[in-house]
Parts: sequence; structure tokens; C-alpha cells
Amino acid sequence: MTKSKKLGLNARRRRGEFLWGWAFLLPTIVGVFILNIFPILSTIKQSLYKTGDFGRSNIFVGLDNFERLIHDPDVWQALINTIKYGVVEVPISIALGLVLAVLLNKKIKGRTIYRTILFLPMVAAPAAIAMIWKWLYNSQFGLINHIFGTNVKWVSDPNIAIYSLAIVGIWSVIGYNMVLFLAGLQEIPKDYYEAAEIDGASGIRQFFSITVPLISPSTFFVAVTRVIAALQVFDIIYMVIDRSNPAFTKTRSLSYLFYEYTFMDKNVGYGSAVVVLLLLLILVVTVIQMIAQKKWVQYN
Amino acid sequence: MKTKKIFKKNKLLIHIILIIVSVSMLIPFLWMILTAFKTNAEATQVAPFIIFPKEWKLDSFIRVTNTVDFLKLYANTILFILLRIVCAVVTSTMAGYALARLNFLGKKFAFMVVLLQMMVPGQVFVIPQYQMVSDLGMTNTIFALVFPGLVSTFGTFFLRQAFMSLPNDLEEAARLDGCNIGQIFLYVFMPLTKSAVTALSIFTAVFAYKDLMWPMIVNTRKSSQVLSSALAQLQGQYASNYPDLMAASLIASVPMIVLYLIFQRQFIEGIATSGGKL
Repeated sequence: MTKSKKLGLNARRRRGEFLWGWAFLLPTIVGVFILNIFPILSTIKQSLYKTGDFGRSNIFVGLDNFERLIHDPDVWQALINTIKYGVVEVPISIALGLVLAVLLNKKIKGRTIYRTILFLPMVAAPAAIAMIWKWLYNSQFGLINHIFGTNVKWVSDPNIAIYSLAIVGIWSVIGYNMVLFLAGLQEIPKDYYEAAEIDGASGIRQFFSITVPLISPSTFFVAVTRVIAALQVFDIIYMVIDRSNPAFTKTRSLSYLFYEYTFMDKNVGYGSAVVVLLLLLILVVTVIQMIAQKKWVQYN
Repeated sequence: MKTKKIFKKNKLLIHIILIIVSVSMLIPFLWMILTAFKTNAEATQVAPFIIFPKEWKLDSFIRVTNTVDFLKLYANTILFILLRIVCAVVTSTMAGYALARLNFLGKKFAFMVVLLQMMVPGQVFVIPQYQMVSDLGMTNTIFALVFPGLVSTFGTFFLRQAFMSLPNDLEEAARLDGCNIGQIFLYVFMPLTKSAVTALSIFTAVFAYKDLMWPMIVNTRKSSQVLSSALAQLQGQYASNYPDLMAASLIASVPMIVLYLIFQRQFIEGIATSGGKL
């Protein structure tokens, strides 16, 4: 009898957990279905349509949008621009972020002040950051050309503009990477360094043989998220490079192209195709990173 | 003795590196401030190049505040951010709690859905979300701004981690006291996740404040814009008057920067813990 009573109690508890669990989850799950799952399918569907007036009166065209995409030099150029930006921004911002984190992890005076300053760009609006840098880069009146005594067209020379933009990206995100690495450094046991100290290993040696391998899980996390963010770059390019800029086509990213096709040219079908391409690109790069991590990430 | 000397030398080197990096972080901000107080003639003078304004002029600030309703922009931005925070915190704490502390059929499925959403780049949602807002006739409203952030999978994931890190026997004691699951959640668990909720709030606020594409798409009317999208539009108007543009950037950036300087520890820890636990 006591056993059946206990069973009844368990069943009641389980039913309670089921009801409460789904009640708690409902807003989020319903929200995700409406705001995300449905849109994923809808975007893919719309990429197969030729669109009339912003998504209305559509004609099914199969893979026509994608065929056009493959033959569209603007798309290829945007892909190259996006990759160029990422290849510069991600490794440099990670390397600098890690070095700064290691330096700030030491007991030095003014740590908090340095940390606060380095993180500052994270709380500034990208539109403001972009305008400031556009002004700094100005070839005639800009501070940068004045300081270096140069006469470089930082953001209007098609050959270098994308790298100038990547520098802004690096500047904006170093502090964020650094803070993530600082959190990761707390996990490395101090005795490794003490042992290395006794063995007479230099600071640089310690950095490469202890810090770099042991921080690799953090590095992996930062790399994955930074690559995804870099492939979606939009704000800086949109704000710094206007359409009359000679470097316009050499800096326009995939996200920018998506925005332009969809919301300026009102070609929703083609814009959707661009975004599907971006999705595939991000998935492929992320999967490659997931596979490659086995070669270099050390988990304890 | 010798090692101590080397140690001191190293420290000096570290300070030199950090100072160089800090200065290069600050120069853009300082240049914004200096330019904002110059006249356009001073800003575009090259021989001699002018670093400090001869007179600290407020003309640019007066001009931009006359053409742009910054009070309205502040109000819109604050409302937008607060609503995003409330939505993220309310829905994510509940969902995160269910995923972390309850056992029920369909939990794994729900968690997969959350993870899936987190892996898809935001641009994929933009067109259908815009079409929904537009079908509802809600463009140019605060609701339109908040819409993509009504729920937060990131917040759900983050709070799930926070709830999972709490000890196991918490439920038992409360259950013996006769609390139901709702009460356990509200009175036992919620107070214990204050730091995670703070972190999520800061994270949500910073990313809402920095969002540019979505506000630009859904709210084109001046009265419903936020700081980021208004700045973007302003650039078209004042294309080459940099003192005015810098003054506007300064007005738009100062509140968040001041908040950050006051709560810098919470900001950095909030973003580090929430970003790092992903």
C-alpha cells in the first residue's frame, strides 16, 4: 500500500514537472518558432521565388536566384571582401587580445584602469565609432595621415580600404577578446607557472609552452564566435563607405549586399538567396573549425 | 637580487606596452571630443594642423541639437533597451530554469531548438521578421524595435548554465516545506541568480544599443528612431561637417560610456561571464 502511494506521489510529481516545465518553456519556444524557426524556412522559401512588391505576388523560379548569384561578380567580390576582412580581423584581434590578457593577468598597478580603457570601444555605438574613424582616416584633414606624415587614402583606395576597415574592427573588439581570455586564464593552475619559474623558463617561453596550450579552449570559443561575427560584418562598412566611394565595390560585404538587395533594391528573393549563401558559408566555416579543434584544442 | 631587477624591468616593459595600447584606444574618443568643439574651418585646416580648438565652441552641439531631437532619441533608446531586458530576463529565467532543474518529456527537443537558433546568423531572420512587423502594421513603433528580442535563446542558454551550477538539494528542502515548483522557482532560485540576471541585462542592453541594421530597417520615421540609426542617417545630412558629426556622436555615446565607467566591473564581468559561458 505504501508502495502504491509512493508511486502515486512520483507520478504526480512527474506530471507536475511536465506541466510546469512546459509552462516555463512556452514563451521561449513559441517565440523561437515564430521569430526564428519560421523565418529560417521562410527565407529559404523566398530564395526560390522571384519577388514582386516586397514579398507579395511571388513567382516560383526554382534555383534561378542561385544561378544568378553564381554568375554575379558583385556577389563574388563581396565574398572575397568578407573573407579578406575576416582573415585580418580575427587572427590579429585574437592574438592581441590574448597578449593583453596575459599582461593584465599579472599583479601590476593600474590593472583596472587599463582594463576599463581597453574595453571602452565595446560600449560605444558602432555608428559613432565608424564616423570617428572615417574622420581619423580622412586623407586630407585626418589625424592619422597628419601623425604619420603620409598621404594615404585609407578608406577610398580600393586596394587598402578593406584592411583599414579591418583595423577598426580589431580596435573595436580587442577589449572584448581580452576579457574573455582573462576569464579563461583564471582556470590555469598557478603551480604550472611556479614550476616553470623554478626551471628558469622565461616569460615568453612560459607564454608559449603553458599559456597558449592551456588557454586553447578559450581561444577556440573566441575564434568560433569572432569568425561568425566577422563574416556578418556590416555596420562599419555601411557607415564608412558611401556609394560614391571608389572603394565601394571592393569593401561591400555579403551582409551589406543582402541589405542592399533586399531593402534598397526591394529584391527580396535575391536578397534571400544572398543570406542563404551567408548561412552556408558560416555553417561550413564553423564545421571546419569544429573538426580542426581536435588537432589543437587541449581539454583537461 | 638579479631576478628582482629583471622582474622590475619586465614590469616597466609591460606598462609601456599597456600605455601604448591604451593611448591608441583613447585617441579616437579624444579626437571626437576635440573635433566637436572646433569650428569646421579649424577642423579642416592643415597648415598648421590644429590639435586643440582655439576656443572651445559649442556651436556644433547647438546646431545638431536644434536639428535632431536627442531627448526623443534617448527616450526611444531607453525604452527599447528596457523592454528588451525585461523580455529577455522574464522568458529566459523561466525557460532556463525548466531546462536546468526539471525533468519532463520534450526537454531535449526544446534544448535542441534553442541551440539551433543560436547557431544561425541573425540576417537569416531579418526579412521574415520585417514582413511580420509590417503585416501587423507595427513599423515605426517601439514594439518593432523590441520584436526580434521578445525571447532570448542566448539568455535561456546562459541562465540554464547558471541554474545548473546551483546545489542539488535546494529543491528537496523547499518541497518538504510544501512549495510547488512555481514557488520554488520564484522564492528559492530567482534570488540566487541575481548575478546571472545582471550579466544578462547588461549584455542585452549593450547589444541592443549597438544594433544598427534592424532599427534602420523597421523604424525609418524620425519620431521612432533610436540613437544608432539616427546617427547613421545624420551622416547623410552633414556629410562633411565633421565637428557637427562628432558632436552628435558624442551626445549619442556619452550616456552609455558614463554608465559603463560607473559600473565598469559589472559591465566587464557581465559580458565576460555571459560571453564566456556560451
